[in-house]
Amino acid sequence: MSRIAARFAQLKAEGRGALMPFLEAWDPDAATSMALLRGMPGAGADLIEIGCPFTDPMADGPTVQMASRRALDAGATMAHTLAMVREFRREDDTTPIVLMGYLNPILSYGVERFCKDASVCGADGLIVVDLPTEEADLLLPAARAHGLDVIRLVAPTTDDTRLPLVLAGSSGFVYYVSITGVTGTRTASADELAAAIPRIRAVTDLPIAIGFGVRSPAQAAAAVQAADGAVVASALIDTLAASLDGNGRATAHTVRNVLDEVRALAEAVRGAR
Amino acid sequence: MNKPLSPFPANSLRTGPDARGRFGEFGGRFVAETLMPLVLELEAAYEAAKADPSFQAELDVYLRDYIGRPSPMWLAQRLTDRLGGAKIYFKRDELNHTGAHKINSCMGQILLAKRMGKTRIIAETGAGQHGVATATVCALFGLPCTVYMGATDVARQAPNVFRMKLLGAEVKPVTSGAATLKDAMNEALRDWVANVRDTFYIIGTVAGPHPYPAMVRDFQSVIGNEAKAQLQAAEGRLPDVAVACIGGGSNAMGLFHPFLDDPSVRLIGVEAAGHGLDSGAHAASLSRGRPGVLHGNRTYLLQDEDGQITEAHSISAGLDYPGIGPEHSWLHEIKRVEYVAATDTEALEAFQLCCRTEGIIPALEPAHAIAHVAKIAPTMAKDQIILMNLCGRGDKDIFTVAEALGVTL
Repeated sequence: MSRIAARFAQLKAEGRGALMPFLEAWDPDAATSMALLRGMPGAGADLIEIGCPFTDPMADGPTVQMASRRALDAGATMAHTLAMVREFRREDDTTPIVLMGYLNPILSYGVERFCKDASVCGADGLIVVDLPTEEADLLLPAARAHGLDVIRLVAPTTDDTRLPLVLAGSSGFVYYVSITGVTGTRTASADELAAAIPRIRAVTDLPIAIGFGVRSPAQAAAAVQAADGAVVASALIDTLAASLDGNGRATAHTVRNVLDEVRALAEAVRGAR
Repeated sequence: MNKPLSPFPANSLRTGPDARGRFGEFGGRFVAETLMPLVLELEAAYEAAKADPSFQAELDVYLRDYIGRPSPMWLAQRLTDRLGGAKIYFKRDELNHTGAHKINSCMGQILLAKRMGKTRIIAETGAGQHGVATATVCALFGLPCTVYMGATDVARQAPNVFRMKLLGAEVKPVTSGAATLKDAMNEALRDWVANVRDTFYIIGTVAGPHPYPAMVRDFQSVIGNEAKAQLQAAEGRLPDVAVACIGGGSNAMGLFHPFLDDPSVRLIGVEAAGHGLDSGAHAASLSRGRPGVLHGNRTYLLQDEDGQITEAHSISAGLDYPGIGPEHSWLHEIKRVEYVAATDTEALEAFQLCCRTEGIIPALEPAHAIAHVAKIAPTMAKDQIILMNLCGRGDKDIFTVAEALGVTL
């Protein structure tokens, strides 16, 4: 069983939802983001998403755009991101890691080589924002061959006719993009989620995580009441950004503030059901 | 069921893209899932419009009575004499309403938007020509219009920014990245993803997810179709060479497409070499880039070894883009079109040459095409013909040119 499937099975047995915090690799520097990654499981992260920096993150709002910029300015590359995963796996063999990013850096690295290296380093799943189902044959064979889950995004615009097509051949979990919009902008209402999630459940047995617009502990709790997991990204990056000094460098507060927020989110997620 | 008869021979180069929106390995639909249903809806609506004679008939009326088509074909006799070789014809798309070829496609797209019941228009713009053309058709049809423009371009194309505002558009400066065309396109895509129900995105070039590259090409092919007929009337034959400048590549695709199946016609696209192809400051995606995925399509891109998109440079804001339409990438790989480059300096010289020999102030974009014409015309025989698309007028560029020439206005 993959780490992702094992983790969701465990959480189901415990009767609770998953908290999936996000961090951008190398934001604002290698050591700080490694410390965040290491600290997240202890702070209550059930799965972790690592953003792969890209110059043109078209589905992301200003918060993730700036995180990507800081990471690239710090010298981040795809090889560095994979090295973080490898480093993390030395101490933690159970917390699933999902790499989230855009297609071009993967193409540039080489699809086959990327899937092989990601797998060897200990990554468990891939979310490629600009790779819809119609183009997924570019990545799926190599990802499958190396045991990586390719996690599909479902959006409010994905209608019932399209849903089975989007979910065909997906594995790991389903990522529900809860709003029409970029990351970190608005939040879906409980009513919207209550309408959307059963629509997806009708088509798949995979766990469903809700992302885009989940910011506060209360919103994370609402997400795991409606679905199986909550992804929190922009709110954590905002906390990180607010802790930086005038030159954009990490301070003594950076890691602590972000992990404190992860703790608060985890507490809400664990108390939600 | 019988397959419908194709108007093209079996070995035609004009049948693309395929059902997945690909020209060879280029093109496609690399967008987030949120946009995917919209892109499919647009494709279906465009196919239906293409099959409906009343759509083309309506477009034809606007092309003729509002834009002023057909645009004239002009024998540039003094330039021909000066260069001392092939006969040079200008296809004068700078005489269109709004002063460039961009409006050909804007008109087609807004009529499609109306058919689809969309009530809000967005666009990206580099030089501002596409923004002005979009703002113009929005004013004509009474639709609200938001134009994304890099902050750098807002500063260097101030006259066009004011034109857009006069036409009632909201111009949103984009400050991310190098604050040019690429970043404006990112921001327009972000707007579209947040306003999926009511908004139509009018893309300015033959790039973006399928069906945009094919749709914009089809609307721009009026350029090549007219030119072919006009040259037939004037000379009784095809040109030997057809030349156009290339940023995203819409004016070039519009000129070239009707000639793709005429093997005697050499097709030459001129990219912006900026400070030089080896200077690191240029916009020559085909000459110096490699294939990748950006803005919804797989195509040649300027990028570093890690797949990060690098900034383009050109004196011409309209060519300042690190990618190129996917059909050009395919035509490059199959070697049907030759892609060359002209530097900022060569474009500036050509700009002045055109002003003084023909009494036409060209935009800096087609000045790159003129620069290449100036290189090849003297090497050709006097009975040979070069057809060049003069795709925009230069009024918008006089401040940039004055600065480059050291003149204070």
